[in-house]
Amino acid sequence: MASEDNEVEDHRPLVLIHSLSSFKLPLQDRLITHFRLFDSLASPEASSVRALICVGPTPVTADTLDHLPSLRLVVGSSAGLDHVDLAECHRRGIAVTNSGDAYSENVADYAVALLLDVLRRVSSADRFVRSGLWPQMGEYPLGRKLGGKRIGIVGLGSIGSEVAKRLVAFGCTVAYNSRNKKPSVLYPYYANVHDLAVNSDFLIVCCALTNETHHIINKDVLTALGREGVIINVGRGALVDEKELVQFLVQGEIGGAGLDVFENEPNVPKELFALDNVVLSPHLAVLTPESFEALNEVIIANLKAFFSNKPLLSPFQQE
Amino acid sequence: MDSITVLMTSPMSDYLETQLRDRFNLVKLWTYSSKTDFFKHNSHSIRAVVGNTKIGADAELIDSLPELEIVSSYSVGLDKIDLRKCQEKGIRVTNTPDVLTDDVADVAMGLMLAVTRRVCECDRFVRRGLWPKGNFRLTNKFSGMQVGIVGLDRIGSAIAKRAEAFGCPISYYSRSEKPETNYKYFSNIIDLAVNCQILVVACALTKETHHIINREVIDALGPEGILINIGRGSHIDEPELVSALLEGRLGGAGLDVFENEPEVPEQLFGLENVVLMPHVGSDTVETADAMADLVIKNLEAHFLKKPLLTPVV
Repeated sequence: MASEDNEVEDHRPLVLIHSLSSFKLPLQDRLITHFRLFDSLASPEASSVRALICVGPTPVTADTLDHLPSLRLVVGSSAGLDHVDLAECHRRGIAVTNSGDAYSENVADYAVALLLDVLRRVSSADRFVRSGLWPQMGEYPLGRKLGGKRIGIVGLGSIGSEVAKRLVAFGCTVAYNSRNKKPSVLYPYYANVHDLAVNSDFLIVCCALTNETHHIINKDVLTALGREGVIINVGRGALVDEKELVQFLVQGEIGGAGLDVFENEPNVPKELFALDNVVLSPHLAVLTPESFEALNEVIIANLKAFFSNKPLLSPFQQE
Repeated sequence: MDSITVLMTSPMSDYLETQLRDRFNLVKLWTYSSKTDFFKHNSHSIRAVVGNTKIGADAELIDSLPELEIVSSYSVGLDKIDLRKCQEKGIRVTNTPDVLTDDVADVAMGLMLAVTRRVCECDRFVRRGLWPKGNFRLTNKFSGMQVGIVGLDRIGSAIAKRAEAFGCPISYYSRSEKPETNYKYFSNIIDLAVNCQILVVACALTKETHHIINREVIDALGPEGILINIGRGSHIDEPELVSALLEGRLGGAGLDVFENEPEVPEQLFGLENVVLMPHVGSDTVETADAMADLVIKNLEAHFLKKPLLTPVV
């Protein structure tokens, strides 16, 4: 009958895509199979929507939440959630999920890539060869061995664990600092980053950015790490006191750094451009096609679990 | 032992040079203006040669040193030493295995990661001030890529162990199968190249492995494939490699060695899917010292008539 053909019931749950215009959610078209989407806080549907997808670092503030009285879930599309007012969400009984494991391998890969590059001078050597200097200069400065060195992981979450697993295969030993000791983990635990730094050759920063972890890598930690120390940051720029780090690097008080993130992206301190013991990347440790496929699955799994009252796949947990 | 004359063929290590000078009568080949000049002054006194990957001990050198007893190489590779001649003349040969295995495997991994994730290109992007103008594009995920290794000896095995930690399935081609490993064996290199995404050359250079990576292998690896060489430049037919990269028939390459070092084909300099290093596989402070120590220990053992630590011949 005609009326039945035209009125197919739409059982898809309603979801808000919360996005600054400069950020697009990759693979968004895949979501409409499962969910009915809208994208404006000004829409009448804002009053009834129970879940939103936060695209990239689009802020979720108390003001945002005021527009969404029925909201019970914020689905993040990044590993970090420093752009979401987590305290406010908690206060209002709103659960928050992040990208779970979707990015972990890619970020861990890039962290190891940066460490290898700093120690063995990969980018610096590549520049040397391409400039035609090898026939002229013959020798190239020695690098530093990775095997047998002590790795300190700041934040042993999903990403930190993947980094640890990789570096153990290179013959490194691993120790970590996290908010709390993890009983199931065998690596030595240090209750604060200073002590971790004293006992490590290289630090890999993988933790979430919160009020407590802002500038967790400060002058004291850099001093403790020492002149031969190397810092790799694949977390957030503000985890590191960037001004101090630049000073340490320029003065030769630290051995080197590999940085994917900065305090004021896309601006990078120009003093770093002249240094051969520094490797820089434009916040792209996660940026592979595979990450977005995996992210899509995590987003859909979290939303489906929520709408069927099942446990969420990747609720945000501070490490 | 400072009455024993040792020849060092090239300035391979300041530390080694000091150690040799302290213990023996050291003669440095590169300080002579001509071969004739060198031979006139030294040929009858030299009892040991310390060579490396640049200058080893070829037939001409061996024949002109009648008192030569031992060649102690500052390298694991033996392609610059005339092993047959040494064997014929009863000259001992030692190299530096094991101490450099980890470092060379690390460079192989560094190259694999740098090529797939475009690490050097990204670093250039930031240093050129391009980030404020827009993002770099996506790069391919490294974890889980199929890695094929040519030569599963010490270095090849060390590479396999590392790549496994990234979830990479490992396959290999070797002179003989190694059933004690769980890796997939291919009895010919074309099949290996067809079945992997990253092909790593880790075998020794011999007559049989010269140009083992030729056009056929490169084509089998294909436009998405990546070639990594931490062996010897002559493992690869270099002009074929260059044209394959320029024509897009090969996806990328990470190279620490070249056919005619220190010359590197300039056509590679403009490519972003290539990472180039100046033969630094074992070049770390720690390993350089360990290699030098091993050379010294082998020489001392020989002249004290004790067993050699790492003999090849």
